[in-house]
Amino acid sequence: MSARVGIVVFPGSNCELDCRQSFERLDAVTEFVWHDDDTLPDVDIVVLPGGFAHGDYLRTGALARFSPIMTAVNEHAEAGKLLIGICNGFQVLCEAQLLPGALRKNEGLKFLCKWSELRVDVKGTPFTERADEGQVLRVPINHFEGNWFADGPTLERMRANDQIALRYVDNPNGSLDDVAGITNERGNVLGLMPHPERACDSLLGSEDGALIFGSMLDHVAARTGARL
Amino acid sequence: MFFRAQVHVKLKSGIADPQGQTIERALPALGYEGVSGVRVGKVIEFELQADGEEAARSRTIEMCERLLANTVIESYEVFVTDEPAEVPS
Repeated sequence: MSARVGIVVFPGSNCELDCRQSFERLDAVTEFVWHDDDTLPDVDIVVLPGGFAHGDYLRTGALARFSPIMTAVNEHAEAGKLLIGICNGFQVLCEAQLLPGALRKNEGLKFLCKWSELRVDVKGTPFTERADEGQVLRVPINHFEGNWFADGPTLERMRANDQIALRYVDNPNGSLDDVAGITNERGNVLGLMPHPERACDSLLGSEDGALIFGSMLDHVAARTGARL
Repeated sequence: MFFRAQVHVKLKSGIADPQGQTIERALPALGYEGVSGVRVGKVIEFELQADGEEAARSRTIEMCERLLANTVIESYEVFVTDEPAEVPS
């Protein structure tokens, strides 16, 4: 049975179609979920896609975290199911305190739209199982607020707990500890600034993003298999 | 009773403020030497109804904690008065 992926659409999201296409190419079934809904459909994976939810007014992700769907997204994560926030979705997850830290304006105050290289520093998470440890993935970034920060004790705790899953090879935005993507303590929630959905087709220059989505689908298949 | 609240939000001290740094570098070019410690923040102001000034203040602080500031990276200051709002011309 195909994994079911719910892609949350906020007013201002703009990467939901790319996410749908990328997951469907990997034989998943996708469904858009409007931010104003109270409940999620029966899904294995929830995606918070990139964009400018609620115009990013006040702060990136600050208003989106109060969208009605976020209560259900929280419960989905608490149930141990997979949740991924990409770019603006990562910012929303930090604001919602589903992930630690916060995203600041890029060092250098430039909007960055270019390819980046990410090193997989933690293998064996549900998001990196298909990659080798130390493998470098080529995935584009497209953001102004990608400069991740957390206080010292939080960062230490996250390092010790293997939560810094993806680091930039060449830090583009000043992000603390070269962080490109982090997981929560339990390991079922990933937030990352780069856009794996834009790197799932060789025509676009890279298929490395499919390693991340594919890992998630493998994880769901293993769980479903275990349940049967 | 109506109160006026003003909230100042800025990056916590110790967190690099690239906007402040850029302004600080620009000022000497205009002849303003000796300026340091430039920090850029935002001001959010509104009127609110509350039973008293303390209630208005504590409600505003609650808003800061939940929405107006991200306390991971930002600090805030709250100013509450019962002076009538200026009428915009």
